[in-house]
Amino acid sequence: MTQATTYETVVGLEVHVELHTKSKIFCGCSTSFGAPPNTNTCPICLGHPGVLPVLNRQAVEYAMKAAMALNCEIADVSKFDRKNYFYPDSPKAYQISQYDQPIGEHGWIDIEVEGQTKRIGITRLHLEEDAGKLTHVDGGYASLVDLNRVGTPLIEIVSEPDIRTPEEAKAYLEKLKAIMQYCDVSDVKMEEGSLRCDANISLRPWGQEQFGTRAELKNMNSFRGVQRGLEYEQWRQAEVLDRGEAVVQETRRWDEAQGKTISMRGKEEAHDYRYFPDPDLVRIHIDEEWKSAVRADIPELPDARQRRYMDELGLSAYDAGVITSTKAISDFFEESLSYTKDAKAVANWIMGDLLGYLNASGLELDAAKITGQGLGEMVELQAKGTISSKIAKTVFKAMLESGKRPQQIVEEQGLVQISDEGAIGAIVDEVIAANPQSVDDYKAGKDKAIGFLVGQVMKASRGKANPAMVNKLLQERLRG
Amino acid sequence: MSITIKDVEHVANLARLELSEEEKEQFTGQLNAILNYAEKLGELDTSGVEPTTHVLPITNVMREDEPRPSTGVDKAMRNAPDEDEGQFRVPAVLE
Amino acid sequence: MATFDMRLQDIHTQLRAGELSAVELVEASLRRIAQTDERIGAFLTLDEERARQSAAALDARLRQPGGEQGLLLGLPVGIKDNISTEGLATTCASRFLQGFTPIYDATVVHKLAAAQAVTIGKLNMDEFAMGGSNENSAYRATRNPWDVTRVPGGSSGGSAAAVAAGQVYFALGSDTGGSIRQPASYCGVVGLKPTYGLVSRYGLVAFASSLDQIGPITKNVEDAAYVLQAIAGYDERDSTSANVDIPDYVSALSGEVKGMRIGVPKEYLGAGIDPAVKEAVMEALRVYESMGAEWEEISLPHTEYAIAAYYVLASSEASSNLARFDGVRYGVRADNPDNLIDLYRKSRSQGFGPEVKRRIMLGTYALSSGYYDAYYLKAQKVRTLIKRDFDEALSRYDVIIGPTAPTPAFRIGEQIGDPLTMYLNDICTIPVSLAGVPAISVPCGLADGLPVGLQIIGKAFDERTVLRAAHAYEQHTEYHNLRPQL
Repeated sequence: MTQATTYETVVGLEVHVELHTKSKIFCGCSTSFGAPPNTNTCPICLGHPGVLPVLNRQAVEYAMKAAMALNCEIADVSKFDRKNYFYPDSPKAYQISQYDQPIGEHGWIDIEVEGQTKRIGITRLHLEEDAGKLTHVDGGYASLVDLNRVGTPLIEIVSEPDIRTPEEAKAYLEKLKAIMQYCDVSDVKMEEGSLRCDANISLRPWGQEQFGTRAELKNMNSFRGVQRGLEYEQWRQAEVLDRGEAVVQETRRWDEAQGKTISMRGKEEAHDYRYFPDPDLVRIHIDEEWKSAVRADIPELPDARQRRYMDELGLSAYDAGVITSTKAISDFFEESLSYTKDAKAVANWIMGDLLGYLNASGLELDAAKITGQGLGEMVELQAKGTISSKIAKTVFKAMLESGKRPQQIVEEQGLVQISDEGAIGAIVDEVIAANPQSVDDYKAGKDKAIGFLVGQVMKASRGKANPAMVNKLLQERLRG
Repeated sequence: MSITIKDVEHVANLARLELSEEEKEQFTGQLNAILNYAEKLGELDTSGVEPTTHVLPITNVMREDEPRPSTGVDKAMRNAPDEDEGQFRVPAVLE
Repeated sequence: MATFDMRLQDIHTQLRAGELSAVELVEASLRRIAQTDERIGAFLTLDEERARQSAAALDARLRQPGGEQGLLLGLPVGIKDNISTEGLATTCASRFLQGFTPIYDATVVHKLAAAQAVTIGKLNMDEFAMGGSNENSAYRATRNPWDVTRVPGGSSGGSAAAVAAGQVYFALGSDTGGSIRQPASYCGVVGLKPTYGLVSRYGLVAFASSLDQIGPITKNVEDAAYVLQAIAGYDERDSTSANVDIPDYVSALSGEVKGMRIGVPKEYLGAGIDPAVKEAVMEALRVYESMGAEWEEISLPHTEYAIAAYYVLASSEASSNLARFDGVRYGVRADNPDNLIDLYRKSRSQGFGPEVKRRIMLGTYALSSGYYDAYYLKAQKVRTLIKRDFDEALSRYDVIIGPTAPTPAFRIGEQIGDPLTMYLNDICTIPVSLAGVPAISVPCGLADGLPVGLQIIGKAFDERTVLRAAHAYEQHTEYHNLRPQL
């Protein structure tokens, strides 16, 4: 791939996030997902003649919260504008959006790629209403229109063209998703469409200041899809440029199955949205008091948590980064720490066994049965010597499967570690008597032989003997 | 400023109106007359004048996030020109 | 005396005494419509069955102890066809909405029901309220009861004609640039455009959202005060509705105007005004003088820019408001469209009449890329200047008085081919709409046998002063008691 060295990639992302208010942004209909078609509708969201919108305060506050978490400046005065276009998923034939006075502007987030921290600028964050859903039928000759989703509040987050690689794009999305989760403003489920992403991508020769001609990519339905779409488009544009041709400014659709982007030219006309201030809605004045109240409601965000885990709990930057990358795992970690002080042990279990299990099973943490409390208690049982590290593995597995508390698993399966000197001594004596050859070997200076003997004792105790004590007693007896 | 039949066609397309040749001619003439008349707005110096979007100084009208009963699919479909099991049916974007 | 010439209070006294019934009022209304509406063409839809049922229910409750107290108890009302009535066709006099049956009631319709008025039916208008003659109705031209060869004005022409012809006790209209006041003037009745934000717009099919207001059309000022009392007030479903205390309007009708200061804008009496109209207005001012009010000529210097600003703003908003009429969820859908875009184009072209198309075209152009600043934004700034004219004048005068329209009703067909001339008829009403202040039109004489309207304009939310001035004038004249011969 010579291109990677010839051209620099420039990417900007436009991300739509559905806010999880209970009711829609401009009417009282429910925002619940998955209701039968057109049941969550009323004259307002159906765009019937004569209806008027009334703004949902919670939607504004969620947007403010998200904008603050993305380090945006919050507008003192914001307003809504109409974006005019005809499409069956938009019942009024205009979308109520924000044109020149968005809720937030000039923000940023830090992402980490290959151990390097990089700041990505956020141009703006604005509030708007979602559209309905079309299902294509009759072999594409007709569509069915479901307007349940119309009016679900959305924020659109537009990044600066600061992203330089598909990996950075993916890291940006993951960070954005985590921040939205921490703020608790959205479910951020890409598969339910509550997070959607379009990308602008262009190439330019290294060292050139001016941006190249960009393509807009749509229809990327997963973070992986975004990364693959950008990788493909990066390659495609480089090929075009290498041939001495010009990249066409156009919208292209990512086709997941074919693994390539396809021009939508001809299917999309040049738009003239004729934005103007919506006369049915009034301005929003956001004073300092309101800003402070919303700001006070923002919980600790992933960067702050990561720093705290490093500074106060002694975790490595990497471990702290992984654990804070999703709110669910970080909350799990924090819950564990209510039951044990050993943060490093908990972190190790999460980084190793837990994430390994989730990866292998393809499950999200909330679908797994194990709880933070369970892990904390298990680490504590181990610290007190009630179970060995070996038994802990067994207990952990059982917790994943059953969700039972570790104490209960230990009791039910009889997994308590034997630390009684008399009981272990009896087994040690039996093993010594049964393995004279090994005893002789050890005495002849073959230190390795003791390992075999320890193994025999552990086997005889069905793994429950305290290994340190086994070692100690064996050495005492053999030397003696 | 004078608008042409081509402008009228462009605007009709944006507005999703299909105009006959006769209507195009007529609208070109009438819109020119109205827009020429509107040119008089340009005579006024409005530098430093704030635009009026609302005559009343109302701000921050919001409702609480409380779901209300929807009117439901039957009412949604009551006036539908073409319905298919509780959804509006439309032809494809392009054939 | 015809039933509907009785005073509201007398009707209520007789209803409570059992000398008159709500059913009789409804029957009187339906009878009068049957007799006259073939010639007048005021109604698009009648709601006879439900009207009779609700009147009968009112009568039944009237006979029970406590009786009924509704402010508009038993009064037959006609509603302009751009106000949403659940289960009752609402077409905006457009082909596009032929047969459209709303699934909800407008807030004013709820308020009328709460005041116990009885809805008789829906009234003709210019399509989507665009026009000043009712000739833009897709269904029928309403005729002026004073002269059936003339227009009733518009866009609330059906509302004004129905009241003038005695078909209903009162009517609701809507006013965007004069659509209540001008037809009231042409038909010799009283029409009030309230302050923008006083009456909820929820359920009023939007033409120009920043200008539209619903208001009463009645035979006299007292009735206008009662109806306003019933329909005014904050509505949580309309974000632009004003959260103000509603005063008692009827108690403002003292008959007193001594010391009242009146400004008379010279721009409203200048070139283009019919001499007979001007004379009627001057005569009215002499009546005010005789009652102890003082008047002076004033200037509203930006008046000449109002029509241009209005047509840009109203058409721009309309182009967006009327985009929802796309043939997907309700209304006309063209047969056999090739594809979706074809469906939009054909449905809209078949559904809309020429004036509606013209304004959609104008508004779309004014908002389109490259022209927004020159037209829409500029017009909004000019609107600010016009509003300042009124703020300044109304800081020095209690009311502003002038003609409602420069001429009496013109002949059907006379101006239809010349939209710009038609627009210029609105020179006295449009600036008031842009300023958002209240204004009433009251009959102030006849010119060649045709009614002339006097426009009284007041400060925002000071409907009491406007009504008081109008009512006092009415007490000293008989013009409001003139009736057309039908």
